[in-house]
Amino acid sequence: MIRKKLLTCCLTACLAVSMLAGCGNTGSEGTAQDGGAADAGSGEGQNQTANDAGAAESQGESGKVYFLNFKSELSSEWEETAAAFTEETGIEMKVVTAGSGTYEQTLKSELSKKEMPTLFNINGPIGYQTWKDYCMDLKGSEIYDWLVEKDMAISEGDGVYAIPYAVESYGIIYNDAIMKKYFALPDKAVEINDAKEIRNFETLKAVVEDMTAKKDVLGIEGVFGSTSFAPGEDWRWQTHLANLPIYYEYRDKGVSDLQEIDFSYNQNFKNIFDLYINNSCTEPTMVGAKNVEESMAEFAAEKVAMIQNGNWGWAMIYDLDGNKVQEENVKFLPVYTGVEGEEQQGLCTGTENYICVNSKISAADQKASLEFLLWLFGSDTGKSYCNGILGMIPPFSTFSDGERPGNPLVKEMLAYMNDGSLTSVSWNFTSFPSQEFKNQFGSYLLEYTQGNMEWDAVVEQTKESWRNEKSLISE
Amino acid sequence: MQKAFRKNFSILVLPTLAAYVIAFLIPFVLGIYLSFTKFTTVTDARWIGLKNYAMAFRDKDFLSSLFFTVKFTVVNVVTVNLAAFALANVLSQTEKGTNFFRTVIFMPNLLGGIVLGYIWQVIINGVLAFARTTLTAGAKYGFWGMVVAMNWQMIGYMMIIYIAGIQNVSEDVKEAAMIDGVSKFQMLRKIILPLIMPSITICMFMTITNSFKMFDLNLALTAGLPGKSTSMITLDIYNSFYNRMGYEGVGQAKAVVFFFILAAISVTQLMLTRKREVEN
Repeated sequence: MIRKKLLTCCLTACLAVSMLAGCGNTGSEGTAQDGGAADAGSGEGQNQTANDAGAAESQGESGKVYFLNFKSELSSEWEETAAAFTEETGIEMKVVTAGSGTYEQTLKSELSKKEMPTLFNINGPIGYQTWKDYCMDLKGSEIYDWLVEKDMAISEGDGVYAIPYAVESYGIIYNDAIMKKYFALPDKAVEINDAKEIRNFETLKAVVEDMTAKKDVLGIEGVFGSTSFAPGEDWRWQTHLANLPIYYEYRDKGVSDLQEIDFSYNQNFKNIFDLYINNSCTEPTMVGAKNVEESMAEFAAEKVAMIQNGNWGWAMIYDLDGNKVQEENVKFLPVYTGVEGEEQQGLCTGTENYICVNSKISAADQKASLEFLLWLFGSDTGKSYCNGILGMIPPFSTFSDGERPGNPLVKEMLAYMNDGSLTSVSWNFTSFPSQEFKNQFGSYLLEYTQGNMEWDAVVEQTKESWRNEKSLISE
Repeated sequence: MQKAFRKNFSILVLPTLAAYVIAFLIPFVLGIYLSFTKFTTVTDARWIGLKNYAMAFRDKDFLSSLFFTVKFTVVNVVTVNLAAFALANVLSQTEKGTNFFRTVIFMPNLLGGIVLGYIWQVIINGVLAFARTTLTAGAKYGFWGMVVAMNWQMIGYMMIIYIAGIQNVSEDVKEAAMIDGVSKFQMLRKIILPLIMPSITICMFMTITNSFKMFDLNLALTAGLPGKSTSMITLDIYNSFYNRMGYEGVGQAKAVVFFFILAAISVTQLMLTRKREVEN
């Protein structure tokens, strides 16, 4: 009897302990690469406190870096970079990549944990409003010294809280081989002889519509890739394309943010949007099923001649099995919408990638994080990663003109940026009120495309949505 | 042994209690507390009283998604239970191949909702392509798409519960009824149905709560498109929590309201069906 009782007690105790330990353990999941790994391994399941203490101790000595990456397409690339950093400097580094479209959620939950990210991305002024309590002042830091255009950073009062680390551009990517084929046709409807001579919406429209009429001769299914509108796949329109009318409205009013918009350039938006949906390989009623990857695949397989996307799209074109498009034929064209004087318009160039150092972590970790940034953007190895697998264009003085990624879209992008006669369109969608606004705008566009909503209603509802979402922020 | 259990009660109950407290009670209380605060991460909350609730009820998306959820639940409960019962009835009578069919019908339940959502998105878009339209062209497509997918997923599970119930009906009772000369329909209506009331209670409870709480399928299949017309209440909560700055507390308040609605409905349902249960 007694033995039985003892056994019961023991078993229960075991169960209880293993359970409690199991619960406690989840907090330290996936930490520590080299030094701490043995520690975590031995402590498994029985000695949680010792484990924690060990972690704290090593923290006190050297500091660790924990980077929360927001580009899901670059997850293994960032991990490789981190490993190289650890190897060179001996500072431990961990990278966690948020799933596509879930960065804000991940950040929100990771920052609630004890072991917070030491480095994280925010997407601009709006993101800064959410996370300002967690952003450290970087004013005196070396990395800020390196920033070429100081006003690109996000500052408030005297402090500088977020620093852009990658400049990107988007526009209309076109396949020059198909364009050349078109311009060689004897019965083409336009005078020009090269895609680069397209300098305004009028010409673009004439070329595109004529190409659609001759698509069988050109061997394409449509001029533009599918206007992707599957759930969560509409950012090329509700964010990127929407940037243009807002950019011009801000420019006219001389502001960088508005509580209410007139959407005065809505007709220009409609111009280009109609051109996309009516000259696409996918008919307007079917766009609700298409995603970005499919659209890019159509371009890569030479089923279409043009597609709106950014320099990051090269990876999607290049990686596709059975891609036909040649590297030297992948080129950029600015998004023309019929605004007066747009002959001088360049690509939409800006950044959504701001890096922040967490203000609520230990000084050692902050130091380690800053060291990582200096290594990445200052050392030869770090820079080779930027130009290599990460394919970034950091706006820092440490990079000379020769040190840039070799992909064709980046080359085009730099050519546009260096052309003094052109003005780049800045990224103003970082001031869009919220993700909710973008989603709502996207859903109006989808309904318009499917023929369930008039354009005037789209304009009215968009203005309304902007006003509502902005007022929620100020509340 | 009994005595030993009683004596060591506190130790024996500890694992379950700890699990319950950690996984349920603490998050629940914290959740209610957060619904009265303004916060970006759960660690930096600031008390603002009932303001979140006021905003939640002013939000017309919340109310329309609530209505949509109720509509979905009603349709779903009827179709799932009818189909599951019909299948259970068939598969508990015949001998040949019943195991095979039971397994096949149960299988979809093992798939996760997100995967299932994407699979059905492809299937439905494929079918709708013949009509030159897509799933997000109108709310009706999304609604029926979700009903079909949810049915496909849940019928198998409910069927198993019904089969267990039907097999539990004693042969003696059925034989006695047969000797009294009941028709097949009478057998079903007067003998089997009353005797499987416990199964019905469980199935009703599970279909109601699962339809009401359905999230993953909704997110993967339509994500609320077009507009917000196919957004279930859980998706609306999720969107208000994550897509708007400073709206986290409102999302939390909506979640608390959602909890009370769901609790009220399922408790009422349990009481109603329990009353009809009879001893076998």
